[in-house]
Amino acid sequence: MQQPKEPMNNGHTTSGNSREVGSDTLKRGLAQMLKGGVIMDVVTPEQARIAENAGAVAVMALERVPADIRRYGGVARMSDPALIESIMRAVTIPVMAKCRIGHFVEARILEAIGVDYIDESEVLTPADEEHHIDKRQFKVPFVCGARNLGEALRRINEGAAMIRSKGEAGTGDVVEAVRHARAILGEIARLKTMKREELYAYAKEIGAPYHLVEETADLGRLPVVLFAAGGIATPADAALLMNIGVDGIFVGSGIFKSGDPAARAQAIVQATTHYQDWHIIAEVSKNLGEPMVGINVSSLPEAERLAGRGW
Amino acid sequence: MLRRLGHEAVEVRLPQHLENIDALIMPGGESTTFGKLAVRWGLIEPIRRFAAAGKPIWGTCAGLIFLAKDVGHDQPTLGLMDVRVVRNAFGRQIDSFITPLHIKGLDAPFRAVFIRAPIIAEVGPGVEVLARLDDGTIVAAQQGNLLGTSFHPELTDDPRVHELFLTMLAQPAQ
Repeated sequence: MQQPKEPMNNGHTTSGNSREVGSDTLKRGLAQMLKGGVIMDVVTPEQARIAENAGAVAVMALERVPADIRRYGGVARMSDPALIESIMRAVTIPVMAKCRIGHFVEARILEAIGVDYIDESEVLTPADEEHHIDKRQFKVPFVCGARNLGEALRRINEGAAMIRSKGEAGTGDVVEAVRHARAILGEIARLKTMKREELYAYAKEIGAPYHLVEETADLGRLPVVLFAAGGIATPADAALLMNIGVDGIFVGSGIFKSGDPAARAQAIVQATTHYQDWHIIAEVSKNLGEPMVGINVSSLPEAERLAGRGW
Repeated sequence: MLRRLGHEAVEVRLPQHLENIDALIMPGGESTTFGKLAVRWGLIEPIRRFAAAGKPIWGTCAGLIFLAKDVGHDQPTLGLMDVRVVRNAFGRQIDSFITPLHIKGLDAPFRAVFIRAPIIAEVGPGVEVLARLDDGTIVAAQQGNLLGTSFHPELTDDPRVHELFLTMLAQPAQ
């Protein structure tokens, strides 16, 4: 069992009776507990209960799933805290919620109401075009999206305790999630073959802090858990990403924009657990009804693509 | 960790994976997910038989919940360990903590990682308490071949609780 090193810089505090809280071990540890599981977008307490009953390891509480954010357009912001709280009351599994990139006040609000994980997400309209949130100042852990290793390590350097691919949310097209997962895992595989002096040049090339490049090379994996997200709509999509090498799956619009959400949610959980058992995946893929209506990513104009947000 | 201690480790997802193994560890995760998957793939009875055969089982956090007889919540569990467990007893993720913990059988305190952790609120007559927090809350216990911990030794580099569990391999169940 390989364990990431405790980074030097962390905003954690130690309380009176020698209890350590908000440290990287705790923030990254919760994501470790979600490994092999499925995290589902939900917009009502009822959907959250369906997700929990299907075996989701966590839910992402939202006002609108990404497919609807695309449809309605305009500025997409953090959800109403009252809605998020109603979802927190409905389930016993961890509840995540999204804030806009760089919007540290939305993040403070989510921390104040006690969400278990914050997604600083490109699915919402970015609030800051230059700066991501300084996530080390928070006790609550953050997950961030990344398209490649450099982006993943920049987010980890800012304090992200979990990384997910960006994918192209709300499309039902898995191609971008595959691209990002392959990019991140492929670059890590390359790192492992590099000599120390090459690592310095590579860190500069991908715009990542050297100490994290070195740590990733030593571990042979990211120092935090890596999930796939964006466009996953079927049990087969989930198993595909697991076989490519991610630690778990986010499903956004794919479940509650489909014909039979409860059945599809369960099937995606089963396929994620048994991602190399083709008979089980075949079995759970039967009779799921209509999948979400997809949008082919290559037909999307550049301005409507979400993955390019963040840097 | 188990490999570091010289043992072979395999993942258990289906009942047939329980064949040919000597001991079972149920690590942290979400206990509701465990329950769903265990029921769906018929793991409950095979694990009960595994325990009845005297083979050691260790549950950490969600694994402890899954072992327990009473979890105060309508979810499937193995119901093997005579304890009452309270889920998410410390609160949400921001209430998660790490603290040095004295554990029976270990010389020095163990750095115990509690993440949205459960506690053991009550133990039955055959259950031995192995560790308590300063306020008396029970966070580790053993009942014959069953070991339960509220915290996550699998998130630290300290092998001592794993070693403690491995000693249970050598002993016949009571």
